Amino acid sequence: MESLEQIKARAERAVSGAQIAIVPNPGPAQQSSLLIDNEHAFAVARFLRDDPTLRLDFCSNVTGVDWLDRVVKKTVKMKRLVDGEEKEVDETTEEKIPGYLEAVYHLYSMTHKHGPVIIRIRTRDRGDGARLPSLTTIWRSAEFQEREIFDLYGVRFDGHPDLRRILMWDEFVDYPMRKDYREPDDYEWEPTPHDEVLEKAKRHYTQRPELDGAEKITAGGDALNR
Amino acid sequence: MSATVQTLEAIERPPVSMGSRLEGELLEVSMGPQHPSTHGVFRMNVALEGEVVRKLKPVFGYLHRNHEKLGENMSYLGSMPYTDRLDYFCSMTNNWAYALSVEKLAGIKVPERAEYLRVILAELTRLQNHASLLGFLLNDMGAWGTPLMYAFREREKILDLFESLSGSRMMCDYMRFGGCRCDTPPGWMERAKQIVDRFPHFIDDLEQLVVGNEVVIGRTQNVGILSPDLAINAGIAGPMLRASGVNYDIRKVDGYGFYPRFKFRIPLGEHGDTYDRLMMRVLEMRESLSILKQAFEQIQPGPIMNPKVKIRAFRPPVGEAYGRIEGPKGELGFYLISDGGQNPYRYRVRPPSFVNLTVLEDLCLGHTVADVMVILGSVDIVMGEVDR
Repeated sequence: MESLEQIKARAERAVSGAQIAIVPNPGPAQQSSLLIDNEHAFAVARFLRDDPTLRLDFCSNVTGVDWLDRVVKKTVKMKRLVDGEEKEVDETTEEKIPGYLEAVYHLYSMTHKHGPVIIRIRTRDRGDGARLPSLTTIWRSAEFQEREIFDLYGVRFDGHPDLRRILMWDEFVDYPMRKDYREPDDYEWEPTPHDEVLEKAKRHYTQRPELDGAEKITAGGDALNR
Repeated sequence: MSATVQTLEAIERPPVSMGSRLEGELLEVSMGPQHPSTHGVFRMNVALEGEVVRKLKPVFGYLHRNHEKLGENMSYLGSMPYTDRLDYFCSMTNNWAYALSVEKLAGIKVPERAEYLRVILAELTRLQNHASLLGFLLNDMGAWGTPLMYAFREREKILDLFESLSGSRMMCDYMRFGGCRCDTPPGWMERAKQIVDRFPHFIDDLEQLVVGNEVVIGRTQNVGILSPDLAINAGIAGPMLRASGVNYDIRKVDGYGFYPRFKFRIPLGEHGDTYDRLMMRVLEMRESLSILKQAFEQIQPGPIMNPKVKIRAFRPPVGEAYGRIEGPKGELGFYLISDGGQNPYRYRVRPPSFVNLTVLEDLCLGHTVADVMVILGSVDIVMGEVDR
């Protein structure tokens, strides 16, 4: 199979205006991936599927990843004048990277039996901008898996034929796979009657008969000591 | 296979032939979640015209426990017993897929004996999974009980092997990163050989019952045809894909473990109907037996764990990895992202039965309600894996 650099160059030539970056993988697996801009993701994906030498016709795995806001510290050696002398000083710069959600697609070719080629698309942010183009019309296997990302991560896929929750129930409000998700203390919480409801309830209950000193017994303290 | 690729819009719906067509409204029926042939808590919202399926939407999530979130809040080792609970019929292959992905992530080598043991256990798992699937499928077709009990008798022998090896019939938790948990007890290999030697009798019996059976043929042939183009496009993997005639087996393609050392054939279907999917399991069992026989001959004593691997407080280097194996139900993959910590940053399971359900509607359209059961049975789903 071609190297990622070759694929990137050919895809950029085939789809004009596409911006593709290679995301390196420092680990021993060495599965680096291609980061594609949202606008051209659909066209690039179609190119990857239909190109005769690549023919990535099998989209095996589709998944979401949540990246929170993070600060990357970089240490650079700088030459500075310290007390009139030139010395090498470590200078740390902090770069703030705003959080985003990511969809990762693992592509294989059944025709040529090669792969994986990994592509990623990123949302603008983790709030209202959490939208991505759907690749379901290119690879049908993404249909349920994109629904799952929508369900658990809250990414809205534009162009998905049937975007609904798939694992959680329809009334569920939050996105449980996000890193900052806090589960409620009690899943079976029901509002206790208060205000109007309480008034109604009080009217509904019959008055308890007054027993001699009954309140005092249950009130504890004095009544028990007497 | 033709070179054109079908997109979602271009997929041809199966033709409908109805002699006695009821002109009328669609009737919406909710099949499941409590239904004897949905193989767990699985629901289908079916729109019927008379008895013919016009629309089918699978509904699931009843067993959802957010397995992936659990994995992200746990050490790498801690997730191993949880993988048993994904597809509880095939805990050994689940263990292997997860161990393989972590080994890819951290660059760990596995000793020879452990690799052979993994192959042996995976093929035994495939045998018992396919056997019980055939039992369930015949159960769905109305052969109530007997074939299933025949299949479970064989399955139980293999589960006894698993129990004497790992201490548990189904929740084995046997494999570790860089090898296996413990070596085989004395006499285990001989017992395994005996079971494998006797297994062909069971397959012969089953084949005699199934292959020429008029009811089976009538219920399964030309029912739920899956075209190879759609199968590839929809990410179908495993026996279901090969029943449609696509020659793709991850054991051959990726050559993980020691599979390149064994000689075995890949059975392929011709029509992609339910009958082919059923027969695919029978033929695959025969190939598994041949792999097992070769493995028993080749396996040598030796260490079963890579001594360099620190299992507890295990911290793989920063990076990501996607590892996959040919599970009995299809492609089982694990996608892991490590941030250098003790827990995975992202832990994702690519469950084969979840993705295989994508085409359930396409298979069922135009068939009757009774066929839906048979088609669903031939897809081979386990809800522990679909819902995660």
